[in-house]
Amino acid sequence: MTDPRFESVAAVREGLRKVDYLSDEGIAGIVYLADRLQKPILVEGPAGTGKTQLAKSVAEMIGARLIRLQCYEGLDEAKALYEWNYKKQLLRIQASGSEGDSWDVVEDDLFSDEFLMERPLLEAIRSEEPVVLLIDEVDRVEVETEALLLEILSDYQVSIPELGTVTAKQIPLVFLTSNNTRELSEALKRRCLFLHVDYPDMEREKEIVLTKVPDITDNLADQVARIVRSLRQLELKKSPSVSETLDWANTLMLLGVEQIDSDTAADTANILLKYQSDIAKAVREFAADKQGARQFAPGPK
Amino acid sequence: MTDTAEPEVHAAGEPLLDLLNGFIVELREAGLPVSLTENLDAMAAIEHIPLEERETFKYALAATLVKNNAHWRSFETVFEVYFSLRGAKYGIDDDSLDPDLADLLDDAENDGAGEGQSGQSGQGGGDALTPEELQQLLYQAMMKGDEALMRAIARQAVKRFAGMEPGRPVGGTYYLYRTLRNLDLDNLLEKMMEQRRQSAEDAGEPMSPLEERLEKDEYEHRVEALKKEIEAEIRRRLVADRGVEAMAKTLRKPLPEDVDFMHASREEMVGLRKALIPLTRRLAVRLARKRRHNRKGPLDFRRTVRASLSYGGVPAEPKFRHPKPHKPEIFVIADISGSVAAFARFTLMLVYAISGQFSKVRSFVFIDGIDEVTSFFEGVEDVTEAVHRVNTEADVVWVDGHSDYGHAFEVFHNKWGKEIGPKTTVIILGDARNNYHASQSWVIKEMQHKARHVYWLNPEPKSYWDTGDSIVGDYGAHCDDVFECRNLRQLERFVEHLT
Repeated sequence: MTDPRFESVAAVREGLRKVDYLSDEGIAGIVYLADRLQKPILVEGPAGTGKTQLAKSVAEMIGARLIRLQCYEGLDEAKALYEWNYKKQLLRIQASGSEGDSWDVVEDDLFSDEFLMERPLLEAIRSEEPVVLLIDEVDRVEVETEALLLEILSDYQVSIPELGTVTAKQIPLVFLTSNNTRELSEALKRRCLFLHVDYPDMEREKEIVLTKVPDITDNLADQVARIVRSLRQLELKKSPSVSETLDWANTLMLLGVEQIDSDTAADTANILLKYQSDIAKAVREFAADKQGARQFAPGPK
Repeated sequence: MTDTAEPEVHAAGEPLLDLLNGFIVELREAGLPVSLTENLDAMAAIEHIPLEERETFKYALAATLVKNNAHWRSFETVFEVYFSLRGAKYGIDDDSLDPDLADLLDDAENDGAGEGQSGQSGQGGGDALTPEELQQLLYQAMMKGDEALMRAIARQAVKRFAGMEPGRPVGGTYYLYRTLRNLDLDNLLEKMMEQRRQSAEDAGEPMSPLEERLEKDEYEHRVEALKKEIEAEIRRRLVADRGVEAMAKTLRKPLPEDVDFMHASREEMVGLRKALIPLTRRLAVRLARKRRHNRKGPLDFRRTVRASLSYGGVPAEPKFRHPKPHKPEIFVIADISGSVAAFARFTLMLVYAISGQFSKVRSFVFIDGIDEVTSFFEGVEDVTEAVHRVNTEADVVWVDGHSDYGHAFEVFHNKWGKEIGPKTTVIILGDARNNYHASQSWVIKEMQHKARHVYWLNPEPKSYWDTGDSIVGDYGAHCDDVFECRNLRQLERFVEHLT
C-alpha cells in the first residue's frame, strides 16, 4: 500500500521543527508510529496546547492537503460523509420526462457519481494526492454519531448503499482532537493511537516562544517561560496555555519591555489568565508589595 | 542511542514479547482496561521503535495501551518496574558507576577551578569522596542544574546512604527516607537561595520579590527532579533484588477515580483534587446536553409554519417545543468531623462546581452543632477557598466536637426546617457514626414528608454500615435512597442520577 512517509522518529522531529512546530519525543514518536501502523491519532489535552496545530504542521511538513472536519452537536452523515444532491436529481427526473428516457436508465443515472456530494470524510478517502484528515473536537458530537467515524478509522473505507464500498486510494494520516468534555466511546479509542499533549516543559516553552515571537531576546523568553511555569503550579481555574504565553510574549514585545518586574507582570496578567479570581491569586503570589494585590482583589475598590 | 547495546539486551533475559505480555497482564491487574486489539497494537508498535530509545518507546507503548490520561501515572509506574533494567544505560552496574561519577567529577572540578572552589581531587571516583565532599558536589550540581551530574550523585547517594540489603523486607519509602535524610535537601534549598541572593547583591542588583520567587521555583524544581532520580534508582535496585512481578505488586496503586476518600494519602488527595476539575467540566457538559436533548414537548406552531415555507407551505417538518426541565433545589447537609471531612469537602466542591445545573444550592455543615455556610460560596469563583473557609470559620461545635447527628438535625429542623419545600432535594453526607447519642430520626422523616427527595451518601463501605455506633439504617429508613459513596466514580454516578 502506501510507502512509509518518515524515515525515523528523529526525522519527524526535524521535519516538524522546520515548519516551526517544536515537538518532543512523545509527539514525534507517535506521529511516526501512526504512519507505520497506519492508524489514526487521537490527540487530547488542555485547550491551547497546539493539538490542531499539530495536524496542520504535519500536513505542511509532508506537503499534503489538509482536509478538516469540524465537529459540532448535531453533525450527521450528510455533513460528514456524503449527501445525494437531490435538487439535481429532481432536475434529472424532470429532464427525462421531456427526453423520454426509460425509468431504468434514469434510476441508474440518478445514483451515480455525478449526483454525489462529497463531504470531508469521503473526500479524504477518494483523494488522489496525499492528504491529512483532521477531525476536530470529536468530543462535541454525540456518542451515536461517533459510529459514523468507525468504518473510516479502522478500514479507511466508506460504504454507500447505492454505490458500494469506496476504498481509500491512499491511506491518509488522520488526526482526531478532543478537549475531553466527555468520555469517548471505547470503540473509537480502540481504533486510535492516543496522544496526550500537555503543557510543554520550561525549556520547550522557551524554545516555542523564541521561534514564534520574532525578535524576542533570549533573556525575555526565558523569563516568560519561567513565570508561566510558576503560574501553572498554582491551583488555578484555567492555567495559561501555550497560545496565551505567546500572546503575552507578543504584548511584552509591543510594550517594549526588556525585563519583567512585578508591576509589568501584574498589569499584563489579564492576557495570560482569563478569570478574575485567577488573576487576583497570581498577583497576590507575585506582588512586590501588598498594594498591587489589593488593586486586583475582588470586591469594591 | 548506542548500537552496541542491542545484542546485550536480548542476551540479558527473556525475549521482549514475553516481557511485554507480563507488562500488559500487570497493567490489567492495576485496573487499566487493555483490550486484545490494543495488545496487538502494542506488539506491532515495538517492532518499529527500538527499546533503546527509552522515552519514545514509553510513549509508543502508552499510545497503544493507555487511552485515558488519568491512568498515565499507573502506567508509568508499571513501565518503570518492567523496563527500568532494560538497556545498557539503565542497568545496575556499580563498576561503571564510579568511573562515571569520577569523570563528571573531573568536569565539575575543572569548571569549579575557575571559581576558585576546587578543594579536592576526583581521582579516586565516587567512593573516595567524603560525605561532606559529596554534599558539596551536590550543591554545585544543583546550582548549575547539571542533570548528568545530579543523576550520578543520586545513584551514588542511594548506594551509600540507603543501606539496601538483598532480601530485606522493607518498603521503598524506608530507603527513600534514609537517603533523603542524609542529603538534607531542605537545608540545601535554603543554602542555594542564600547563595543566589548573595551573588545578586554582589553584582549590585538585589533580586526583586518576583525574581526571588522564580529562582525559588527553579530550585524547587531541581530538588524535585533529584528526588525523582533517587526514587527511580531505589526502585531499580529493588526490582533487581526482588524481581519484576513482586515489585509491581507492591507498587500497585488504585486509579484516581477508585481512591477511597477516607483513606487517601496526601499525595492521592492532590491527585483527587486535580481529577475533580475535569470531572466537573465533563459532568456539566453532559448534564446540559442531556437537558437539551430530552424528549420532545408540545408542537411549536410558529416554528413549524416557518419551517414549512421551505417546502412550499407544506408542514413537512413539525417542530416541537423543548420542555423546560425542572431544576432541583439542593440542600446539602454535611458532617465535617475529622473522619469524613475529606469526603464532605469533595462533595461540596463537586456540587458547587456544577451549581448551574440547580436552581438553588444551600449548604449546611455540622459536627455536633450545625451552621449554614451558603454565604461562603456566594459570589466566590474559587470553590477551594470557600471550602477552606467552611472548615475554619463555620460554627459547628456545640459541646465537645464529636459527631452528634441527632442534635444537629434537631437544630436544623428548628431553624431551617420550614424552608424545605416540594422542590427541594436534600442530600445528607456522613457516616452516621453518632457516638451513641439519640438519633432523632423523626427529623429525617419530616424532611422526607416535605421534600422531593432525601438522599444519604455514606463514605463507608457497605459492610461497615450499622456496626458499632453507625446508625445509618435508622436514618436510611426515612430516606429515598442511601448510597455508598467511597470514590470519585461513585460520586459522579450519584450526581448524574441527581439531575
